[in-house]
Amino acid sequence: MQEIVIKTEQLTKRFGDFTAVDGISFSVGAGEIFGFLGANGAGKTTAMRMLCGLSAPSSGAATIAGFDIYTGTEGIKRNIGYMSQKFSLYEDLTVLENIRLFGGIYGLRDRQIKDKSEELIGSLGMGREAKKLVGSLPLGWKQKLAFSVAILHTPRIVFLDEPTGGVDPVTRRQFWDLIYAAAASGITIFVTTHYMDEAEYCGRVSMMVDGVIKALDTPSQLKQQFAAGSMDEVFFELARNSKRKADQA
Amino acid sequence: MKQFLTFVRKEFYHVFRDRKTLLILFGLPVAQILLFGFALTNEIRNARIAVFDEARDEASAAIISKIRAGKNFEVDRILSSYRQIEASFREGKVKLVVVFPRNFREDLLHRNKAQVQVLADASDPNTASTLTGYINSILLDYQQSLSPAAAMPYRIVTQTRMLYNPELKGATNFVPGVMALVLMLVCVLMTSVSIVREKENGTMEILLVSPINPFLVIISKAIPYFLLSLVNLAVILVLSVSLLDMPLNGSLLLLLAESSLFIITALALGLLISNTTASQQSAMLIALMGMLIPTMMLTGFMFPLENMPLPLQLISNIVPSKWYYIIVKSIMIKGLGFSAIWKETLVLLGMTAFLLLVSLKKFRIRLQ
Repeated sequence: MQEIVIKTEQLTKRFGDFTAVDGISFSVGAGEIFGFLGANGAGKTTAMRMLCGLSAPSSGAATIAGFDIYTGTEGIKRNIGYMSQKFSLYEDLTVLENIRLFGGIYGLRDRQIKDKSEELIGSLGMGREAKKLVGSLPLGWKQKLAFSVAILHTPRIVFLDEPTGGVDPVTRRQFWDLIYAAAASGITIFVTTHYMDEAEYCGRVSMMVDGVIKALDTPSQLKQQFAAGSMDEVFFELARNSKRKADQA
Repeated sequence: MKQFLTFVRKEFYHVFRDRKTLLILFGLPVAQILLFGFALTNEIRNARIAVFDEARDEASAAIISKIRAGKNFEVDRILSSYRQIEASFREGKVKLVVVFPRNFREDLLHRNKAQVQVLADASDPNTASTLTGYINSILLDYQQSLSPAAAMPYRIVTQTRMLYNPELKGATNFVPGVMALVLMLVCVLMTSVSIVREKENGTMEILLVSPINPFLVIISKAIPYFLLSLVNLAVILVLSVSLLDMPLNGSLLLLLAESSLFIITALALGLLISNTTASQQSAMLIALMGMLIPTMMLTGFMFPLENMPLPLQLISNIVPSKWYYIIVKSIMIKGLGFSAIWKETLVLLGMTAFLLLVSLKKFRIRLQ
């Protein structure tokens, strides 16, 4: 039996009269690549923010890496990594300085930070850029670096909020290589994306429509279930019944 | 603790890599001091005047040479007829004309009463009255040197002494105001912009997801600006004491302590602004409009608060720089100790506590 690292039950978030996330229940196992899909405004960003401890749920229950979402936020924070759709390293710091900063924030020791920096820069092939400002790097490199920094402290789970937005297909492919490598080392990947080809890369995929999870299975099972040739069609089949306007949440 | 130091170092990188910020940080105080100290002064030097001397006697000559000797006036021309008086005013160069009538010395010595006519260009009323004031004191001076032993039986002799600022220098008034203005501007503007920038760039989310305590994030942001403001303060003090002859009569230590308190007040205000705005532009706008104008208008160094309508006087009480201005003047000019300014200090302390409380409370609320 695989260890469960994310488990939610009837997790709900309301903003006034508006229910952004309406009682979602699912669980994710260790080392899994879990795709969290949905149209704009379906509520996936809100759901993800709750799971990261950025936003308190209105009702329901969840445990992340064994910590309760209401009482264990400090424990959750130590055991997750996060990378958001906006690029989120400091542009006016160099590559090395960014690594050192985030290592320091997660309480790594100087020795560890030094080893990790060398390893990371080596594996990304950024030897010559190590002392350059992050702002001067191309977007694709920044994204890869941001991902590597997000898993610097070897978290149990890493949350990726549309990590490949605006990146060319080749770099996206390389980015997914990084994700596979991280998953192989036992880190659970929780990823939202708009690209349906990326959905195919995931172990399991959930489809969120109007704050509710409408479907959750492996990509091949989903295609079978909806008699669709691609994830694109599955998504379209589910999303077209959406009552929410895309810009509502 | 190590987290904290890592963070403070990051903030210093931000400050020192941003040339524009640095320019504002260090250029602004120097520019302000020089501007206010030299350009905006209410004393008048080398005003051009004309003299129409119909008397041409010892007494008028003595007074004219006294006028020439002072640094306030420059005798631009000697007139030879009444007509020329109006002509020279029309030209616009001459601000004031002194007319000595015929028999000036005779009248003075034998009738004990002589007249001097002073005509001033009152299109600028402040300049006109300041200049006539200067002339009057020169005449009075001459009169007293003439008859040291008072001849008249009844006479009121006014002995005016300008305490704390005998030379009536403008700098003594402006420098404390500029100190308040610069510290306020630098601290409020810089802190508010730097926090909002993290929100805009999406790095604030990363920090909130990380195990670092949000309070540490905020405090470590304040530290570089606190230190830089102290450097600024030192620059202002050195410039104003050495260049503008600003006195420093009280305790330097007390001045530094009170300034640190004021800097913290301003930083707290910056935090509050950053917690209530979403973009760098609006933070900057609020900081500039909300701080600069009240500080200039309601601190008392540009416009005396006593002359303002009551509502404005009341509002001025919530402007922190008003209190700091009083404190700085008391220490630097009057040389007073803590016992004279404890009330103002208490007000600043109260404001700081209030601002910190509100802004930290607001920050506690998680990002929505």
